[in-house]
Amino acid sequence: MTAAGGSPGPAPTASTPALFVEGVHKSFGQLEVLSGIDLTVAQHEVVCLIGASGSGKSTLLRCVNLLEPIDAGRIVVAGEDISAPGVDVNRIRRRIGIVFQSFNLFPHMSVIDNVTLAPRKVLHLAPAEATSRALALLERFGLADKQREFPDRLSGGQQQRVAIVRALAMEPGLLLLDEVTSALDPELVAEVLAVIRELARGGMTMLIATHEMGFARDIANRVCFLDAGRILEDGPPEQMFRAPRAERTQRFLQRVMEAGRL
Amino acid sequence: MSLLGGPLDTGGMLAVGPPGGPLRARGRPRTALRSTLVALVSTVVVFGILVWITVNAPGWAEVQVSFFNATVFTNAFPDIVAAFWLNIQLFAIAEVLILVLALVLAVFRSLPGPVFFPLRFLATIYADIFRAVPGVLVIYILGFGIPGLGLPGIPTDPFPYAVIALTLIYSAYVSEVYRAGIQSVPPSQEAAARSLGLTRLQALRYVILPQAVRRVIPPLLNDFIGLQKDTVLVSYIGVVEIFRQSQITQQAKFNYTPYMATALVFIAVTIPLARLTDILVSRDRRRAAASAR
Repeated sequence: MTAAGGSPGPAPTASTPALFVEGVHKSFGQLEVLSGIDLTVAQHEVVCLIGASGSGKSTLLRCVNLLEPIDAGRIVVAGEDISAPGVDVNRIRRRIGIVFQSFNLFPHMSVIDNVTLAPRKVLHLAPAEATSRALALLERFGLADKQREFPDRLSGGQQQRVAIVRALAMEPGLLLLDEVTSALDPELVAEVLAVIRELARGGMTMLIATHEMGFARDIANRVCFLDAGRILEDGPPEQMFRAPRAERTQRFLQRVMEAGRL
Repeated sequence: MSLLGGPLDTGGMLAVGPPGGPLRARGRPRTALRSTLVALVSTVVVFGILVWITVNAPGWAEVQVSFFNATVFTNAFPDIVAAFWLNIQLFAIAEVLILVLALVLAVFRSLPGPVFFPLRFLATIYADIFRAVPGVLVIYILGFGIPGLGLPGIPTDPFPYAVIALTLIYSAYVSEVYRAGIQSVPPSQEAAARSLGLTRLQALRYVILPQAVRRVIPPLLNDFIGLQKDTVLVSYIGVVEIFRQSQITQQAKFNYTPYMATALVFIAVTIPLARLTDILVSRDRRRAAASAR
């Protein structure tokens, strides 16, 4: 996958990280949610963020997509500082896809219109071009027969797969997944995880906040444990899940295991 | 017989069978017949009493002559219906203008950030003023005041002022309806649109407004029933529409039957709109129930 063209800034080379986050702080009123996040995601790398609810996983993803302004620090995407003042947020967001826990499909549009809206209006693709690209993506994820349906006629798993396709239609260089299976019935989780696995195989760079530890262990190149707005520990999944160093990581994974989620 | 969860229906019948289930929708023949009979009997009794009281009132003979005069009715009706054409024109032109102006005002009030403060402020002041001032006053002030300025080239015919006054008055209400619709679209919808790279205006245009407008169609129709009736207020500035026409006939014949004819015309045009609103509301409710599955 390539980043959308036409953007100024340094041309990303193979060694430029897809995402570089440095000293990011974010507060909501008195509550500090992110207290100095440092994180690098290499191109084609899949990084999973784990941690308790409220540890800052979702907020970090929303900050990377500029849905939330940060209070301090720097976020660099493919060599371009997107946290600099005066940056064109619309241009940045084109290159960064995000999928939400609650799908957030547009309920008044059919599946095909959901997927083609941004390519038509933002990338200015001709309708026929946008449609054929969208159909190819829907086909790839087994949704071609749903193109005329409206979101309220789809299962949660299908809606979430459409939401992923909608993000992919912009050909993002980086995909952010925010607990994309948390709102799904258990029997629908697998189909969505299969889509993400397929994306990882295709080399998509992804930053994934998840509660699915087994999935994180399978898919991630690296796992980061967030605690109280900091990345307390990070490493390859084998080490993180088998021999976590920090005591808080051990306790968190212990609780997860007791709940039968690992 | 079960009372659990089943609302009592208007015929005074107890709900029979599982509430909300197919049995209730179809109704059992015997209970359906019984509830129809109860409704019929109670209607006949209530209206019978009302009619009896009216026709036995001491002044009924005079009222009958001055309000229910068949000859006056037959003679006045064609003129009244013809005058109603002007109300329809007023209503149709004003309605289109209201839909546009109110949407602009609602969008102004929904724009966030300090840059748009002047627009928000203007739209807020507008809604405050035109909802505060009685409609008749707005019609008077515009209809007599503007031509009174004696500016060259402005029309002296009252019709355009009538359209403008109705548009100004109703846009204030309708903009509030739109605004409620815009606010009812969850913020996650805007986040989803913006995250795809759509600008704030594109998100508004393609994602938020289409959902907002769909949600407020029933209350919009309700406001238009009000507008339809309020077209008679412009008779005050000399537009000879249906109400003014019935006044003219009333004064010529010394008989109030023309007002009854006018009332009938309004009932005839309003009832279909009211039923349409009901249908849309219940369809909305069904859709909401379906998507909340």
